[in-house]
Amino acid sequence: MDFADPFFGISWLDALIRLVIVVGVMTLVVMYLIYGERKLLGRFQQRKGPSYTGPAGLFQSFADAIKLVGKEDLRPRNADRWVFEFAPFAAFIPVFVILVTLPFAQDWGVRNLGLGLFFVFAVLGLNIVGILMAGLGSGNKYALLGGVRAAAQMISYEIPLVISLLAVAMVAGTLNLNEIVLLQENRPFVLIQPLAFVIFFTAMLSELHRAPFDIPVAESEISGGYFIEYSGIRWSMFQLTEYAALWAFSIFGAVVFLGGWAFPFGLEWGWGWQLFLTIFKSFFLIFLVMWMRATVPRLRIDQLMNFCWKVLIEVSFLLIIVNGFFLYYGWSETILGLVNWAGAIVFIGLVYSRGIRRSRAREYVGTYRNPEAATP
Amino acid sequence: MTVWPDTREGTLDVGGFETVDMTINVGPQHPSTHGVFRMVLTVDGERVVDAEPYIGYLHRGLEKLTENSDYRQSMGWWDRTDYLAGMCCEGAYCMAVEKLAGIEVPDRAEYIRVIMMELSRINSHFMFFGAFGADLGSFGTSFVYGWRERERIYDLFEEVAGDRMFPTYFRPGGLTMDLPDNFEHRCRWVLSSVRQGLEDFDGLLTGNEIFVERCRDLSPVTQEQAINWGLTGPMIRATGLKWDIRRAEPYSIYPHLKFEIPVGRQGDVFDRFMVRMAEAYQSSRIIEQCLDEMPRSGLVLNPDLPTTLRVPAGECYLRTEGTKGEYSVHAISDGSNKAYRMKLRSPAFCNLSALREMVIGTYVADAIIILGSLDIVLGEVDK
Repeated sequence: MDFADPFFGISWLDALIRLVIVVGVMTLVVMYLIYGERKLLGRFQQRKGPSYTGPAGLFQSFADAIKLVGKEDLRPRNADRWVFEFAPFAAFIPVFVILVTLPFAQDWGVRNLGLGLFFVFAVLGLNIVGILMAGLGSGNKYALLGGVRAAAQMISYEIPLVISLLAVAMVAGTLNLNEIVLLQENRPFVLIQPLAFVIFFTAMLSELHRAPFDIPVAESEISGGYFIEYSGIRWSMFQLTEYAALWAFSIFGAVVFLGGWAFPFGLEWGWGWQLFLTIFKSFFLIFLVMWMRATVPRLRIDQLMNFCWKVLIEVSFLLIIVNGFFLYYGWSETILGLVNWAGAIVFIGLVYSRGIRRSRAREYVGTYRNPEAATP
Repeated sequence: MTVWPDTREGTLDVGGFETVDMTINVGPQHPSTHGVFRMVLTVDGERVVDAEPYIGYLHRGLEKLTENSDYRQSMGWWDRTDYLAGMCCEGAYCMAVEKLAGIEVPDRAEYIRVIMMELSRINSHFMFFGAFGADLGSFGTSFVYGWRERERIYDLFEEVAGDRMFPTYFRPGGLTMDLPDNFEHRCRWVLSSVRQGLEDFDGLLTGNEIFVERCRDLSPVTQEQAINWGLTGPMIRATGLKWDIRRAEPYSIYPHLKFEIPVGRQGDVFDRFMVRMAEAYQSSRIIEQCLDEMPRSGLVLNPDLPTTLRVPAGECYLRTEGTKGEYSVHAISDGSNKAYRMKLRSPAFCNLSALREMVIGTYVADAIIILGSLDIVLGEVDK
């Protein structure tokens, strides 16, 4: 497929066909993401994960999907009917719309938008509408808390997310995702903007409600948060949204930071290799996210907000200023990369050492064997 | 953070705005209330301004049942109080009956009892580590870590007594049966696995900055407060007070055994966690000593007991160190084959009564982990 050559010369039909293909592939991938997450978490937790339905449990997601479709679509009596019923769609559509502009391989995508990066920012912000609708329309206090938490968290973390991506856009000099990928043919942007990648990954975890930022859906506190009252197909739409967003974000991160389809030999080795590169890089990011989920506990809402407003936003503004200096004076990219690496190391070091200094966790490790010094 | 805030924080009633407190019902069906506990939180945004606990969903009339059954028949009810550590509970019951009736227990039976009670303590504490990690949001990983060692201990119980959770292994006057062959070897293997499990928890939770950040300085309790509220067990030891019934009022063979009483400093949630970690380690030490010093052969049940146990009229109060705190039994006999009264002083109930004071002023997320740090078992709270 080529962006310049629509099917049968009809551009809307061409767009429709591409969209159907992408959404179909997305749904299939999401099902296997759920399977993969369960399998991975099983491994992290010293168990097997799904293993009965089909070979190695491969059909588990389909069985779950059939079960979910067959379930009764319940609506609480005191729910706001239309808000409640449309919330899953309002959350679901923006995530799939992001796919319109993501390049999977050279000229493989739905539309090659000139302002692709900007389009992604714009659409990402819409996701929160559906979540707030679910939270406010369910007529449930847990859902209300979850919805409000989600709104506060996502709006806050949108800022460092967008700014870290803008830093990359400054270096690239374009907002077109295909051109950004082409510019990374020899080195991915993560090498010259590592700090931006760290901020992006942190904010991405928060936007996706993944551990340690899974505060809006905290099972142990508000038992599911905004989708607590949903069942059957509407609940599964929220679930689909969550994993679709995970994949979309990971492809986006792979495209912007890890070189997308271009980085090692993308242009020489053809579309198969390009597709493999995109999928492999996005799955690597997804693996990191799932690994985090299996390991770390959850932050509290005020600690989360503090981290965003007092740390991440300042650092991302600083990054923009540094990038601006380099671009204005035309200093070389190598020095920019070195400065950014130094910044990233200092940033991670400061966050980490603050954690150690404040909590002194490392001193506590192993003290249970010496009971008199349980708390040094 | 003060436990009782004098003024309400964060209200917006300055510019014509007014906020209304919201009540949230947490439980009895909730992932983090550890059973069928229910509390109604009054929240101002994310902050808890009031909390009211409701209990009684698991009331089974333990004390009345005990009054209506023979001394040996009642054994089974007592397993089901602190169902995470059934052996500790039946140990307390049996010791109360023995004290009342003046029954001697063979030496070997005492050692086996201590081994079983300490294994139960480890079992219960591992459940705490797992559930506490799950409360904090460490998606099930800590839970599975906890269950791994628990399964091994339960397998051992099954080999010994024929049942996992409710073994009913003790009897007034000794034990139901002797240990199976190869027990010592199996038990030492379980102990090494328990120590490995403690190391794993140490790496997973104690070594995690987010965990420490969440738990440090959360709901600190002073020694005076702890004594006034009647806290016992790890809760009071976390405040720094060395109060352990195994040392303060020794029973069974504990005076002969070497072990430390781990204490904390501030009584906050983190100290409670660390004290339990250290206690589980000390329990493994106790079991090792018992395995070394245990008589290799001998009776495990007093052979002089009558078929129907009639206890002379009298009254006794027996205190033991249960897994959650001071697990005491007040037994009154009127000379028949049934107890006239068997009163249980359940530690989880007394610890839980301090929940309101600890929770007020914290965040909703903190309220959940404070409740988790109390380590309640509803079977014991509701009897």
